[in-house]
Amino acid sequence: MSETNFEPRIIAFLCNWCTYTGADLAGTSRLQYPPNVRIIRLMCSGAVDPIYVLKADLAGADGILIGGCHPGDCHYQEGNYKERRRVVALKEILKGAGFDEERIWIRWISASEGQRFAESIREITAAMKEKGPNSTKSEWAV
Amino acid sequence: MRIRVPVENGDTLKALQGFLQKLLSENVVDILLAPMRTPAGTITPALVTDPAMLVYADPLAPVLPVNAATLVGQVSARKPRPRVGAVLRSCEARALVELVKLQQASLDDIVLIAVDCAGTYGVPEYLKRTSANGRPKEDLWKELFASALQNPAVPPESLRQACKICEQPVFDQAQVVIELLDYNLDRQVTVTLADALGEKLGYDPAEAGQRTEVVDKLVQARTVRRDAEFAAIRARMEGQENLTGVFAACIRCHNCMTVCPICYCKTCVFKSQIFDHEPMQYVAWTRQKGAYRMPSDTMLFHLTRLNHMALSCVGCGMCTEACPAELPVGAVFRAIGQRVQGVFNYLPGRDLDEKPPLITFKADEWTEVGE
Repeated sequence: MSETNFEPRIIAFLCNWCTYTGADLAGTSRLQYPPNVRIIRLMCSGAVDPIYVLKADLAGADGILIGGCHPGDCHYQEGNYKERRRVVALKEILKGAGFDEERIWIRWISASEGQRFAESIREITAAMKEKGPNSTKSEWAV
Repeated sequence: MRIRVPVENGDTLKALQGFLQKLLSENVVDILLAPMRTPAGTITPALVTDPAMLVYADPLAPVLPVNAATLVGQVSARKPRPRVGAVLRSCEARALVELVKLQQASLDDIVLIAVDCAGTYGVPEYLKRTSANGRPKEDLWKELFASALQNPAVPPESLRQACKICEQPVFDQAQVVIELLDYNLDRQVTVTLADALGEKLGYDPAEAGQRTEVVDKLVQARTVRRDAEFAAIRARMEGQENLTGVFAACIRCHNCMTVCPICYCKTCVFKSQIFDHEPMQYVAWTRQKGAYRMPSDTMLFHLTRLNHMALSCVGCGMCTEACPAELPVGAVFRAIGQRVQGVFNYLPGRDLDEKPPLITFKADEWTEVGE
């Protein structure tokens, strides 16, 4: 796959209350953003088990986004705070194991931030395009 | 207070057995968990209520067949429970502290009896060094402690790798600390314990020996080895290879998980139906990459396990012992664990009141994350 026509595939785990609703707003507001993202809705960013992220990464996802409410705004009070720590740990572990932790993104996007959602997808898509395909895509022996 | 357990005729083991017997006969504890020598000559942890049975106790035998922290959990996690005296090495005691935090054990009715550790051999290596009657061919432990005292930088070649890089050979938070990393073990063993307990047992008080200096030197030497080992492993993982290459021979037997004292989940996700994939699912995955490693999800298993236990990894190295492919599981997990522990300024086993990082949070930390 050449650099120019490489279209990264981004898996987004979005919380029901903020980021998923923000993505919805981006849609109803007719905001343009790249079609590279595949959204999976969860009730809370705190429900994103690291194993979901790892499975996506090892299966060849080029970018993984975890979207949640801004700190202090979690529908379940502290899910996003806990997820923040888990992501810090996960990225450190991936780095230590020699994997590219920069493919993992976490973003706080509220239900009213359709614009921010569209911008985030643009930014992540561009950055992952720049990085090129995830090497796990072609690694069969993982 | 510090007491002196006298050693007669140079028989240190007998003196220690006598000390443990007193804990039972003086009713300090109801039951002891201690390493015992089986009739076949192997060493196994066992529960003991009869003081006479302690002639089989051998806390000096330099072998660690299992990390007994899990076993302490079995006799302490629920009430009613006995008062247990648990004879543990440092890595076992530190794993126990982590299990208590994870609510898999309780220290409320436990008397922790920590024995200084000069290192251990793997079970096959240990058995190689025992003769037909099950006794070690030579005083293995004496050799080991002498080497730790006199030449800490050069441990015996066949010692377990985890022990050669263990910079925490002692556990001083225990109620009873059997200070073996000291001179003159053929004449006396110094034990540190609570004043009331010391008086009850009726031993003479002792002066501090040279343990502090001995331990300092050992820790220093082991730290140097540890850092070199970690650097070598990191060079492999952060280079071309990454963890996939280092663990390429893994057959996902789950042995490392089974023997890990920190991996306590009875309903492990990797043993659940989540990983009973549909036949056509395998076809779909195989078509994506053209070929698909079986058993599946090897790397997912290790990375997930790292996420579950790296922060609490005490470096006992049981995983390395259990690996049929002889992968350096323990050293890899410790090297990665050290990184993550550093990020959270967390040291497993250090402090019972220190919460495991992933069950707690602060509102005002990593505020740049997610912005």
